[in-house]
Amino acid sequence: MSLTPVHIEFIATGALWTVGLSAIAFVGGSILGFALALARISPVPFVRRCAGTYIQIVQGTPLLVTLFLFYFGLAVVGFDSLPAIVAAGLGLVIYSSAFLAEIWRGCLESVPKTQWEAAECLALTRWQRMVRVILPQAMRIATAPTVGFLVQIVKNTSLASVVGFVELAQAGKLVNNTIFEPFTVFIVVAAFYFVICYPLSAWSRSLERKLNAGRR
Amino acid sequence: MTYQFDFSALLPYWPLFLEGVWLTLKLSALATIFGFVVGTLCAVARAEGPRWLKTVVAIYVEMIRNTPLLVQIFLVYFGFASLGLKVTANTAAVAALVVNVGAYTCEIVRAGLESIHKSQLEAAECLGLTRTQTYWHVIVRPAIERVYPALTSQYVLLMLASSITSQISAEELTAVANRIQSDTFRSFETYIVTGVLYIILSFVVRLAFTLFALVIFPRRRKLGTAI
Amino acid sequence: MPAVVSLSNVHKSFGALQVLKGVSFDVAAGEVVAVIGASGSGKSTALRCINALETIDSGEIVVCGHKVHDPELDRRALRRDVGIVFQSYNLFPHLTVAQNIMLAPTCVKDMGKAEARRLAEEVLAKVGLAEKADNYPEQLSGGQQQRVAIARSLAMQPKLMLFDEVTSALDPQLTGEVLRVMEDLARGGMSMILVTHEMAFARKVASKVIFMHQGKVWETGPGAMLANPQTKELAEFLSNDL
Repeated sequence: MSLTPVHIEFIATGALWTVGLSAIAFVGGSILGFALALARISPVPFVRRCAGTYIQIVQGTPLLVTLFLFYFGLAVVGFDSLPAIVAAGLGLVIYSSAFLAEIWRGCLESVPKTQWEAAECLALTRWQRMVRVILPQAMRIATAPTVGFLVQIVKNTSLASVVGFVELAQAGKLVNNTIFEPFTVFIVVAAFYFVICYPLSAWSRSLERKLNAGRR
Repeated sequence: MTYQFDFSALLPYWPLFLEGVWLTLKLSALATIFGFVVGTLCAVARAEGPRWLKTVVAIYVEMIRNTPLLVQIFLVYFGFASLGLKVTANTAAVAALVVNVGAYTCEIVRAGLESIHKSQLEAAECLGLTRTQTYWHVIVRPAIERVYPALTSQYVLLMLASSITSQISAEELTAVANRIQSDTFRSFETYIVTGVLYIILSFVVRLAFTLFALVIFPRRRKLGTAI
Repeated sequence: MPAVVSLSNVHKSFGALQVLKGVSFDVAAGEVVAVIGASGSGKSTALRCINALETIDSGEIVVCGHKVHDPELDRRALRRDVGIVFQSYNLFPHLTVAQNIMLAPTCVKDMGKAEARRLAEEVLAKVGLAEKADNYPEQLSGGQQQRVAIARSLAMQPKLMLFDEVTSALDPQLTGEVLRVMEDLARGGMSMILVTHEMAFARKVASKVIFMHQGKVWETGPGAMLANPQTKELAEFLSNDL
C-alpha cells in the first residue's frame, strides 16, 4: 500500500495539533517561566534557591520521563479518564517553564547593573524599575533566544505521542501501522516539522543578527 | 488522595535499574565521541571547504535542527532496514544520536572557530606554519576550549535525549524502566526512580566533563578561567 | 654589502585607495632602518608587503633572496628568514610562554621537544623573561607579552626582523623594557626594519631613517636627519610629534 491523499490529510491534521500543543506549552511555559525568572533574581535567598532547585530538577529529567510522570501521576491522583492532551500539555508546560526561566534570567541579568542603579536613584519602586527600565531592555535581548526555544518546543511536542496524543509524530505512526511504509511516512512527517520549524529558526537568526548589529 | 506509594515493589529491580544507568552512559558516551568528531569535521568543512561541501553541511545542519529527534530515530532505524541492512536497535540508536548531535556540535564549534581573531592566523602564518598546522594549533584547539561549556551542556542534553531511543527498544535506562513498570504495575514509582536516576546522571556527566577539561586544558587547570 | 631587503617602485592600493605610490628603498645586512610617518602614510603597509602579508600591485620586492612580488613565491621559505612582531603581540592565549615559542621550531623545523624547550629558554633569557616560561600570556604585562613575541620570532633564527609599531599599545613605562630588548638586538648585528613613533629611539638606534608621506619615501637619511629635516613635511611631522 502507499501513501494516499487521505493519509496526508490525516498527517496534516496531526500537524495542526502539534501547533496547538506547542502554543499551549509556550503560553503556559512563559507564564510560569517568567515567574521563575523573577524568582531566580529575587533578593530573598530562599526564593532564589527554590526556583533554582525546580529548574535543576526539570532540566535534569528527560522530557520523556516527565511526560510519563504526568501521565501516570494524574491517574494516581484520581484523574484517570482525562484526555491525553492534559498530561502532554502539563508535561510540556513544566519543561518549557524551566528552560524559558533560565533564558530570561540570563537576559535580565545582562542588563547592566548601572541601569538598576540609575533607576533606583530616580526613586522608582522595585516594580517600576523592573517594568519601566529593565524589562524593555531585557525583552529586546530575549526575543531571539525565545523564538529559538520555540523551535525546541515544537520538536519536543513529538514526545507527546508516547502518552497517546495524536499529534504529528503519532499521526505518522498510525498511518505507518496501516500502510507499512515507515521510511516514506516519516520523511513526510519530518517535512511537516521542517516547514513549521525552519521559518522560526530563520526568524530567530535574523533577530539575533539585528540585535548584534544594533549593539555594534 | 487515596494512592498508596509502594517503592518496595521496585527493590528487587535495583540491579536492572543500575544496568539501565550503565547502558545509558555507554550509549551517550559513544554518541558524544562520534558526534563530536562528525560535528567538528562539519564545522571545519563549513568554514574552509569548497562551496558545494559548505552547502551540503548547511543543509544537513538545518534538516537536523528543524526536525524532532524522535522522527530522526525512526528514519535512521527504518532507513537501515529499507537499505536492506540488518542492524540492532542499539546501533541504530547510536547512529541516530550521532547524526543529531553532530549537527548541534557543528554549530557550536563553528561559532568557536569564528571567534578566533584573524591576527592569530597571521601570527602563525608569519612563523612559517603550514595551513594545516595553523588550523590545528591556533584555530581548532583554542576554539574548542572556548566553546567547551556550550558543548558540555549539549552533551548533557544528549544524554537525557538518549531516553527517546527507548521508542525503538534500544537498551537504555528508559527502556528498562518501561519493562519494570509493566512487570510491577508500579508505573508512577518506577518513573520517579527513573527521573531521580537521570538527575543524578546529569550531575555525574557534568562533573565528568568538568574534570576532563582539567586534564585536556592545562591552562584551565592552572588559571581556572576561560579563554 | 648585499641588500637584505630591496623595494623598487612598489605600488599597492586597497580598492580605490592608493596606499603605496612607488616606494623604493634598500636595507643592507646588519642595518637598522626606522620607518616613520603619519598614520595613513603607508609605512605599516610597506612593512606588511615585505613579509607578503599584503600582495603588491606592481614593483619588485626582494627579501633575503626571495622574490616577494613573484606569484610563485614560497611564503613558508620567506617566513623562515623573516620574523615579525605586531603591535598587538598576537601571542597564542591557550599556550604557555614556552609553548608559544616552541610551536614554530617543532612544526616548521621538526625540532625535538627537548631541544625546542632549551631554545625557548635561551631566547627568553635574551629578552629577560627566563622565569616566565611556564606562565600563560594573560599572566604577563603588555611589555612582557611583547618581549615574548620578540623571543618567539628570534627562536626561528631569522635573518631579518620586522617590528610593526610594537610599542604603540604600551604604557610609557613598559615601552622602555621592549625598546631595550630591541636595542640589544640591533647591537648584536640583526638586520631590522621598525615602523615606529618613538623618535628618540629611532635617532639613537637606527642607522637609517625613512620618512614616508602620502605613500612615498619623502626623505631618507641617518638618525641625525631628525634633528635637521630637509623637507617641510618632515619638519611639520616632527613638530606635531612633540
